[in-house]
Amino acid sequence: MTGAVAHSPKLIKELQDMARQLRIDLVEMIYRRKSGHPGGSLSAADVLAALFFHQLRIDPQNPNWENRDRFILSKGHACSTLYAALARRGFFPMETLQAWGQIGCCLQGHPDRLKTPGVDMTSGCLGHGINIASGLLLAGKLKGLDYRTYVLIGDGEAQAGVLWEGAMLAGKYKLNKLITIMDYNKVQLDGRLEDIMPIEPIRQKWEAFNWSVMEIDGHNMKEILDALDKGTEAKDKPTVIIAHTIKGKGVSYMEGKSEWHGKVPNDEEFQLAMKELKTNVQAR
Amino acid sequence: MFKRDNTRKIFGDALTTYAAVNPKVVVLTADVASSVMAVAFAQKYPERFFNVGIAEAGMVDTAVGFALGGMIPFANTFAGLLIRATEQIRTCVAYANTNVKLVGSFAGLSNFKDGPTHHSIMDVAIMRAMPNMIVLVPSDSIEAKKMIPLMSEHEGPVYIRISRAEMPIIFDENHKIEIGKGQVVRDGKDVTLVANGHMLSRALEAADKLGTQGVKARVVNLSTVKPIDAELIVKCAEETRAMVTCEEHTVIAGLGSAVAEVLVKGCPVPVEMIGIADRFTETALDHDSLMDAYGMSVDEIVQAAQRVMLKQD
Repeated sequence: MTGAVAHSPKLIKELQDMARQLRIDLVEMIYRRKSGHPGGSLSAADVLAALFFHQLRIDPQNPNWENRDRFILSKGHACSTLYAALARRGFFPMETLQAWGQIGCCLQGHPDRLKTPGVDMTSGCLGHGINIASGLLLAGKLKGLDYRTYVLIGDGEAQAGVLWEGAMLAGKYKLNKLITIMDYNKVQLDGRLEDIMPIEPIRQKWEAFNWSVMEIDGHNMKEILDALDKGTEAKDKPTVIIAHTIKGKGVSYMEGKSEWHGKVPNDEEFQLAMKELKTNVQAR
Repeated sequence: MFKRDNTRKIFGDALTTYAAVNPKVVVLTADVASSVMAVAFAQKYPERFFNVGIAEAGMVDTAVGFALGGMIPFANTFAGLLIRATEQIRTCVAYANTNVKLVGSFAGLSNFKDGPTHHSIMDVAIMRAMPNMIVLVPSDSIEAKKMIPLMSEHEGPVYIRISRAEMPIIFDENHKIEIGKGQVVRDGKDVTLVANGHMLSRALEAADKLGTQGVKARVVNLSTVKPIDAELIVKCAEETRAMVTCEEHTVIAGLGSAVAEVLVKGCPVPVEMIGIADRFTETALDHDSLMDAYGMSVDEIVQAAQRVMLKQD
């Protein structure tokens, strides 16, 4: 796949490092809180690094800027990655991450737009993101604004009927400023998607709903950046980037395992995760 | 007997008129534009009209997106179908406190001919249980019309019930309404009849009948169910010492319950609740007969008043 502009090796390296840093942050956060969803948060780290540290037109000093790009974490259970990215991008202090989940903290168990700077929409129940993004973009058209809306969905989420109501709507209104990334890690809470409820053939489903479809390796930063670039060039269709990922990516014993959807590492497991994640990255 | 007019048409036309002065208003519907009288709006403002097809849950989420984008979305469908989107309403409208206006049309038993799938007897209970949600049940077309600017100017979620039936005309253009405020429509000292929606006209008819028996019944219009006008309810309880609530809805968790919740804390007096018992309804040939058959006749209000007055201290 070729993007309009070749991304420098320096940028790619920086974003790869940031993705690894987000993984360290989120595992620490989940270990500290003794609660969270490591599997699907780790699988989404590369995409979120690319969005928050390169792609999104956002300003941490002005989180409610009217013409900012919107980001909706439709798979809200991956919020540990989102919170780490928002903190490192400057929306709130890094120390806030340590209070995640405590009563009175602005960081809830799932994203809350009213409490957390930089969170554009509350989420946690699956299937909402594409419809909401569509309304946001239709409003933007009426107002003459040119912001884009990015939605990160899970793959299990594609089992929810309401998601396809949104897909149909976005196709009808040719919402070319809608870029959805599907974190296709192929594992959900109860097991493998293909056993629980297969979503294949998924590319054809999106195409049938009049979307433009790309498939990438969701852990390959160059492919992520190129796909996002290509998504912004869409003329008369919404775009979905099917990002093939690995649930629990970066922590060997979590990779591909459904039991790590919502499990917390014990002390020994935590040390092992840190050892693996900190290889090749300098903690900041 | 009251003259009647076409509430849903008046509401739809008023929304179209209001959209001229408020460019933020957009209208969404789920394949029922002609039924809920949104066609006039669609013709006048096609760029602000969005038909999402038979996708109520998606419609609510899309309305949420419009609200996040700074618009004031009115999402219209049948009240009985809007509850398909209950999780969307809970999470993305009420919890996220987005500026979405939900219009539950064909409410109560007003779609008598289509049967219990299309009757809406629990919408008020569901909406009322949601934090941040305003719940409006206009008692005639004038109220329905006048609520449009009020709900638009309120920043936050609102649910409004609109009847399919032609509603009795009770108020005139001078009628003043405010979200959260009820009004004494007829004064009396012996018992208070609290009502909204279609039941207000029936409560007034019951008050007439009670008057022939020498009972002076006060009639109160509570077209805002949430926030409830606790001050007025307590005042009426203190002054009349007995109360009857009248709603076109299950007696579980609707207007009657809201009034009772106020009274147990503020002024415990005997209460009778007129509404639909804990059961599903059935198809009928007209709206009024169905209301009568399911416990909401004028005579039943009269009898409830008589019963409750026996328990007065």
